[in-house]
Amino acid sequence: MTAQLAAHSGSFAVDATTSLAAYSTSTGEAFQFWILGTVAVIGALCTVFMKKSVHSALCLAGTMIILAVFYLANGAYFLGIVQVVVYTGAIMMLFLFVVMLVGVTAADSLKETIKGQRWLALLCGLGFGILLCAGIGNASLNEFEGLAQANAGGNVEGLAALIFTKYVFAFEITGALLITAAVGAMVLTHRERTERAKTQREMAEERVRANKQLPPLPAPGVYARHNAVDIAGLLPDGTPSELTVISTLRERGQIRDVSDQAIKDLKAIEQRSEERLGREGHEERKGRAEEAAK
Amino acid sequence: MNPVNYLYLAALLFTIGASGVLIRRNAIVVFMCIELMLNACNLAFVAFSRMHGNLDGQIIAFFTMVVAAAEVVVGLAIIVSLFRSRHSASVDDASLMKL
Amino acid sequence: MENLIALLVAAPLLGAAVLLCGGRRLDPVGHWIGTVLASASFVIGAILFADMLGKDEEHRALAQHLFSWIPVEGFQADIAFQLDQLSMTFVLLITGVGSLIHVYSIGYMEHDERRRRFFGYLNLFLAAMLLLVLADNYLLLYVGWEGVGLASYLLIGFWQHKPSAATAAKKAFLVNRVGDMGLSIAIMLMFTTFGTFAFGPVLEATGETGEGKLTAIGLMLLLAACGKSAQVPLQSWLGDAMEGPTPVSALIHAATMVTAGVYLIVRSGEIFNAAPDAQLVTTVVGAVTLLFGAIVGCAKDDIKKALAGSTMSQIGYMILAAGLGPIGYVFAIMHLVTHGFFKAGLFLGAGSVMHGMNDEVDMRKYGGLRKHMPVTFVTFGLGYLAIIGFPGLSGFFSKDKIIEAAFAKGGTEGWILGGVALLGAAITAFYMTRVMLMTFFGEKRWQPDEHGHEPHPHESPKSMTIPMIVLAFGSVFAGGFFGIGDRFLHWLEPVTEHTHGHPPIGATTVTLSTMVVLVIGVGLAYLQYGRRPVPVVAPRGSLLTRAARRDLLQDDFNHVVLVRGGEHLTRSLVYVDHTLVDGVVNGTAASMGGLSGRLRKLQNGYARSYAVSMFGGAAILIAATLLMRAV
Repeated sequence: MTAQLAAHSGSFAVDATTSLAAYSTSTGEAFQFWILGTVAVIGALCTVFMKKSVHSALCLAGTMIILAVFYLANGAYFLGIVQVVVYTGAIMMLFLFVVMLVGVTAADSLKETIKGQRWLALLCGLGFGILLCAGIGNASLNEFEGLAQANAGGNVEGLAALIFTKYVFAFEITGALLITAAVGAMVLTHRERTERAKTQREMAEERVRANKQLPPLPAPGVYARHNAVDIAGLLPDGTPSELTVISTLRERGQIRDVSDQAIKDLKAIEQRSEERLGREGHEERKGRAEEAAK
Repeated sequence: MNPVNYLYLAALLFTIGASGVLIRRNAIVVFMCIELMLNACNLAFVAFSRMHGNLDGQIIAFFTMVVAAAEVVVGLAIIVSLFRSRHSASVDDASLMKL
Repeated sequence: MENLIALLVAAPLLGAAVLLCGGRRLDPVGHWIGTVLASASFVIGAILFADMLGKDEEHRALAQHLFSWIPVEGFQADIAFQLDQLSMTFVLLITGVGSLIHVYSIGYMEHDERRRRFFGYLNLFLAAMLLLVLADNYLLLYVGWEGVGLASYLLIGFWQHKPSAATAAKKAFLVNRVGDMGLSIAIMLMFTTFGTFAFGPVLEATGETGEGKLTAIGLMLLLAACGKSAQVPLQSWLGDAMEGPTPVSALIHAATMVTAGVYLIVRSGEIFNAAPDAQLVTTVVGAVTLLFGAIVGCAKDDIKKALAGSTMSQIGYMILAAGLGPIGYVFAIMHLVTHGFFKAGLFLGAGSVMHGMNDEVDMRKYGGLRKHMPVTFVTFGLGYLAIIGFPGLSGFFSKDKIIEAAFAKGGTEGWILGGVALLGAAITAFYMTRVMLMTFFGEKRWQPDEHGHEPHPHESPKSMTIPMIVLAFGSVFAGGFFGIGDRFLHWLEPVTEHTHGHPPIGATTVTLSTMVVLVIGVGLAYLQYGRRPVPVVAPRGSLLTRAARRDLLQDDFNHVVLVRGGEHLTRSLVYVDHTLVDGVVNGTAASMGGLSGRLRKLQNGYARSYAVSMFGGAAILIAATLLMRAV
């Protein structure tokens, strides 16, 4: 679909070569703008208002793809592709990784805790938006040049010519910036080990001394239908044991309690087996009766 | 339609993103909203590029993307280490800088 | 010849520098160095005087320009000297009496271990006083003015181990400071009015200047003169200044420094001539002080303080004469010179008495000393006759002329001033006779002091008696020498000018009435102190006597009005400061504190709140930009 749209914009660019300054774009582009623009705004709003951050991330990815389409429509072919590949493909996936790390299922409460913050935000947002739109409207930008001439030698070539001549220093500096950012991220997430790692023997001795769990921790609860790690194993009295679930899930409160479920399941199994047994018994009796009749 | 509509769209997206920064407490979502604002700016740059008939706007948008990438790398690293030490990704929990 | 002028000042200045910086090595010879250099200055003065006498009357003034002191565009201050007849008179008086007192001090300070320092201070005083009278501009005069003030302070407080001396020195310094303020203001006024300080241009320009400004300058100069010459209302320091060694009292607080005020007024004569109001105030100040000092002199039992009251009164005569304008200037200076002789002689005599009486100053414990100290008695007696105006002696000529000039002022003022001057002459006769009788006549009244040492009155050494004899000669003959044939008048006239007033009564009448009041004064004193024995313990006395013993309540007045008033003013200012100023300051601080306490709540630590402010700011920026575009 992206390719199609790009082709469409390309055709527009060809059209625009005839007249340098235009006042209006093609109807197709207008149609595309109104449809996709609406979707982009909805996506942005969903990014803000979705309770789960993973949903927000997905909505944002959608908005970004639409923006990529708009870039293509505006003659920025290279940027359109980069938007999809780098932004949506790499950066948003980085976001998703972090969302996974922090807890994919955790839902945020949207209840405001700072007094007046929401109203202030609304007021500022409205004021800012209205003023910005007023500014754009005030600027009387009815005429536009179009990129036909600039893109005549190819969009990528044109960009390259600019990057490696006029913007070469900015380009080099952004390179340095990227490396610094990468190093910074490593420094931030790196944890220095300040003491010698304990050997297995030392840990065992420590456990004996502390009279803690000596053998390995018990495995999570395993049933015929559920063998996931988030189900606590049941103690003989039927209550779930915390020890059987890993601490990360415990902290996030993501342990699935299946104790009553297990009982329900057990009942269902019993009932079903009884039914089967009953039916079988009935058939048996029937068979016996038939045999007896014979 | 006039390409100036792209600018209105960019303004709208920017405002939504900014409001999101103000409203949401989850640091990751806040970050996403910032990305949204950056993207809105990029859209405006691209639209300007078309209006003026040169590629400089696209170059700026390109640099914005690079800077955004660097920012995301560092920002997410911060969020991760924050989460590690405080077991929370809420920006309101990091409110020690007050009297 | 004019190159010698600087040497006049340089000789004693060198002495001061050598003596004060030389250290203890100079102790054995210090007094000789000081005396020789003071005498050298006198010799130079005499040479210059001889030279001056040989010249034509109109060309006697000499000038010497040493160097430019403060050469600034529009502000020219020079170290330059001017030696005319007026300055010459002072130079001879200062160096002459100064040298004699140096000689006297050799004997008087013999047992003082800090004698070298004393001579250093004396030389410093001579240098400063000569600078004062030789300066050719007011700024340099001011340097000398402050210099004599400093020397006076150092010498009054010379026996600084006595708290009373240290206090008296501080008092003199402080009261003098009030007068010095007047002089500095006068100099500033002169600079703004005339653009220069030099005597010549300033005094020439008085004709073209408004009377108001001249009156202001004149009053400020009068204030300066009041401070230095101990005139009402700044006279309170002179009595206490007697705490200093007696030679100091004789030289500084009788003969020379206290007359600097008279010099200042006579020197600035043109300014006063053009400002009749200032002149009137000057005569009033002189007349009031004349009576004030005389009354105080009547009541004091301390011989030096009685003489101090007399000094005050006699300077009152001079100031009165100076305030009369051209009819009085010459007589003011003439009385100044004769007074320099006889008052210095009287002080030296008093010092001689004290020297023989174990430093006792209370006249009620003297009595009958004429047999024990014949030389002192004779010289003191001649000084006494001179000051009361005994016919033929110095005081007779000079004081008589002043009384005459006071009547010559004309109108009611003339009568009042003349009457006051006559009354003063009577009181002078009374208190000086009292001093004379209590000290040298009657029965001996001295007693052993608290250590049981009975004083053995004895004549002083030669070094002390010779200066007294010389001064006594001056007391006897100076007046006649100056007065007969109007010698002094012709000598000074080119500088100060002179006009004969029109006295409503003849000169003979004035002389006769002076004689009458003289006899009355002496007679009253004889009845009171000669016929009856003098009680050793002072009687309670009348209200006036008691007030006069307390310097006519001058110190009490100062204490109540200035000290208490100052305290109250300070207290009320402190109150205003605490309530109003501090209130405003603290209130501002408190309101700021309250405001920041409220603003602090904005700093809630939530990044999102800060983001709202930022976003709001961005919105406002856009609004401002749009507004600017719209405008």
